[in-house]
Amino acid sequence: MSPALTEPSKFKSWYRKNDIAITPWLFLLPAVLFFATYVIVPIGQSFWISFHMWDGLGEKTFVGMDNYERLLGLGDQKMDRKFETSFWNNIKWLLLYLLAIPMGLFIALFLNQTVTGIRLYKSLFFFPFVISQVVVGLVFSWFYLPNDGLFDVMMSWFGIDIRGGVLGNPKTATYGIIAAGLWPQTAYCMILYLTGLNSVDPEQVEAGRLDGAKGFRMLWYVILPQLRPATFIAFVVTIIGALRSFDFIAVMTNGGPFGSTRVLSFFMFEESLSEFGFRMGYGAAIAVVLFFIMLGFIAYFLYQMWRDEKEGR
Amino acid sequence: MFQKLTKLTTALALSTAVAVPAFAELSGTLRITSDMSNPAPRAVMEKMASDFDAMHPNLSVELTVVDREAWKTQIRNALSANAPDVVNWYAATRMTPYVDAGLFMDISDLWSEPEMAALASTKGAMTLDGKQWGVPYTYYQWGVYYRKDIFEELGLSEPKTWAEELSNCQAIIDSGRKCYTIGSKYLWTAGGWFDYINSRTNGYDFHIQLANGEVAWTDDRVRATFANWRQLIDMGGFIEDHQSYSWQEAMPFMIDGKAAAYLMGNFSVAAFRDGGLTDDQLDFYQFPVINPDVDYAEDAPTDTFHIASGAQNVEAAKAFLLYVTSPEVQTAINAGDALGQLPVNANASVSNDKFIQQGFDMLSNNAGGGIMQFFDRDFPAEMASVGMEGLQEFMVFPDNLDDILERLEDARQRIYK
Repeated sequence: MSPALTEPSKFKSWYRKNDIAITPWLFLLPAVLFFATYVIVPIGQSFWISFHMWDGLGEKTFVGMDNYERLLGLGDQKMDRKFETSFWNNIKWLLLYLLAIPMGLFIALFLNQTVTGIRLYKSLFFFPFVISQVVVGLVFSWFYLPNDGLFDVMMSWFGIDIRGGVLGNPKTATYGIIAAGLWPQTAYCMILYLTGLNSVDPEQVEAGRLDGAKGFRMLWYVILPQLRPATFIAFVVTIIGALRSFDFIAVMTNGGPFGSTRVLSFFMFEESLSEFGFRMGYGAAIAVVLFFIMLGFIAYFLYQMWRDEKEGR
Repeated sequence: MFQKLTKLTTALALSTAVAVPAFAELSGTLRITSDMSNPAPRAVMEKMASDFDAMHPNLSVELTVVDREAWKTQIRNALSANAPDVVNWYAATRMTPYVDAGLFMDISDLWSEPEMAALASTKGAMTLDGKQWGVPYTYYQWGVYYRKDIFEELGLSEPKTWAEELSNCQAIIDSGRKCYTIGSKYLWTAGGWFDYINSRTNGYDFHIQLANGEVAWTDDRVRATFANWRQLIDMGGFIEDHQSYSWQEAMPFMIDGKAAAYLMGNFSVAAFRDGGLTDDQLDFYQFPVINPDVDYAEDAPTDTFHIASGAQNVEAAKAFLLYVTSPEVQTAINAGDALGQLPVNANASVSNDKFIQQGFDMLSNNAGGGIMQFFDRDFPAEMASVGMEGLQEFMVFPDNLDDILERLEDARQRIYK
C-alpha cells in the first residue's frame, strides 16, 4: 500500500487514543483564539506602548521606564499630581460604591412582599438601572446646579451653602458623582437580591421562627447566609461598576473642577484619546497601573470562586 | 429660510461663472470630509459641494459631514487610513501634529498663485516650518459683548483703558449686578480671558513667546497678567459658580440682566438674539488697553481647509481650495444669513451685520499687535489643557496662584523639550 493511504488511518488511531485529552481543547480553541486576539494581545501591546513616547501617528520613541517614573514619581521626580488625585478618587469610588449593596438589600427586603401591584413597584425601583448612565449623569448634574438646582434649594432650607455648587466645588464634586452613580447601582443590587430572596428556603425560615428568631437575628443568621451567592455577585458588579465610572465623570464634570474628579480610567482617556491628548505612551502607562489594581480584585474573585467550588464538592 | 438659500445660490452661481475656465477639465471624484455640522454651516458646506460639483461635469463631489466635536478626535483616523482629499481643521499650532506626521499636504505652490495674494493677512496662521499647509475659509472676532441698555442706565460708556474698565465694573457691581458672565466648565472660556489680559499687559510678542514655551510661567511678567486679572476677580466682577456652567449656560445671566457683559467670540451673537436680546440692547467693544506701550492684539480664530497627503485627486482638491477662497464664494458663505462671520479674502465684501462690521473694522484697523488664534490653538495641546485647567482654578481660588504657576512651569519644561 502507498503511504498516502495509511496516513489518515494513522491519524485516526492517534486521535482515538488521545481524544479525551484533545477534544476539550478543540472546543475551547475558538474562544481561546478570540480571547487571545482581543484581550491578551492588546494587554501585551499596552505594556509595550507604555515604554514609548508616541502620539499615535508618527514613529514611537523608546523611553524605557520614563512614563512610569513621571507617573509614579520614581527616582528624583515628583509623582504626577493628576495621578495622585485620580488614584485617591478611585479609592473613594471603590469604598463608597459598596454602599449600593446594603442599600440594595434593604430595598429588596422591603419590596419582597405580596401586595397588589408589587410588580409595578419593583419595576419602578429598577428603572434607574435601565436608563443610560449618561442620562442619569445629566439629570443629576441639573439636580446639583448651583442656585436653581433642586439639591441646592433643599440645602438652603438647612442654611447650607456649598460654594460653586456640588459639582463646582472640588471638595464635594467626587461625592456628588458617586451619589449619582449609587442610584442605578442600588437598583442593580436590589434586583440581584430580589432573585436571591426567591430561592430562600421557606422551611429554614419556618425552623428559625420556631426557634424564636425574628427581626434582625432572623435576617443575619438565617436569610443572609442563604443570600451569599447574591452578595458575592453584587460585590463583583459593584467593584466593576466603581472602576468603570467613566461615563458619569465625563458627563457631569468632565474631570473638573480643576481636575479634582478624575479617576484613573478618565485620566487615561484624557491623556491618550481626548481632544488635547494623544500621548499614547503615557496613557498606556496609566492603563497598565489600572490593570494591576484590577488584577488584585480579579485574583481575589477567582480565589473566592475556586474556594466556593471546592467547598461545594 | 428659502429666501436665504436662494440668495446664497445666486451669489454662488455668480462665482461659478468666474472660476470655471481655470479648472474646466477636472475629473474623477473629490472626497471632502467636513466638520461643519451645525445647521447653518452645514447648509453652506452642502451648497459649496454641490455647486462645485455642478461646475465640473466630469467631477463628482462626495461630501461627508462629521460632528464638529467628534471630528477633533476622529481626524487622526480619517487622515491615516484611506484619507479623503479635503478636510476641515484649525489654523496655527493646532496643525502641528498633522504637519509633523506628514498627514497634511504642503500647498505652498498654491499660495504662490496670484489669486492668493488677497489672503496675505492669514498666511502667517497657515504657515509652519516656512510652508503653507492649508487655506482659511472664515474667521471671527472676539471681544466684549455687553448690555447697552444697562450701560446707558448706569451712565457708562465703552471703556478704553483699564482704569475706565475697573471704574465701570465697580459701578455695575454697585448696581447689584456682575460685570461679566462666564461659564468655565469646559475651560476654554478662561483661555480667552488670559489671551486678552496677557496680550494687553505684555504684548503680542510676549504672548506668542509664552505659547512657544520660550518664557517661564513663573516669570514676573506673567504674574503681572494674573495680578491685573485678579483685580476683576477680587472686586467680584465675575458671576459666581462659573465653573459649573458651560458657555451657553452662562448666557442667561446676561440675557436676564444679572451680568452686564461677556467676553466671547462673535458666534455668541446668534445665541444672544435667540435669547431675546435686540440689537438696541446688545453691543460690542474692543477689549480695553491695559499697558499703553503695547499695541492691540486680538483673538480671531480661523477655520481652515486642508488637503490630506494621501489625497487621490490633488488637482481637484486644489481647485476646490481656490474656489472656497475666491472673493465671490467668500462673500456668499460669510454673509449674515450664512456663516455670519468674516471673509478671509480681502476682495470679498463684508456682511452689513452690525457686529460683523465692527469686528471687521477692529481687526483691519485696530489690531496692530497681531492676531492670536486662541489659547487652545496657539499653545500646544498638552500645554493648553494643563494651562486652561490652571486658569479655571485661578478664577475660583486666586490664592492658589503660586501653586498653579509652578505646575504650569513644570509642564512647560517637560512639554517643550
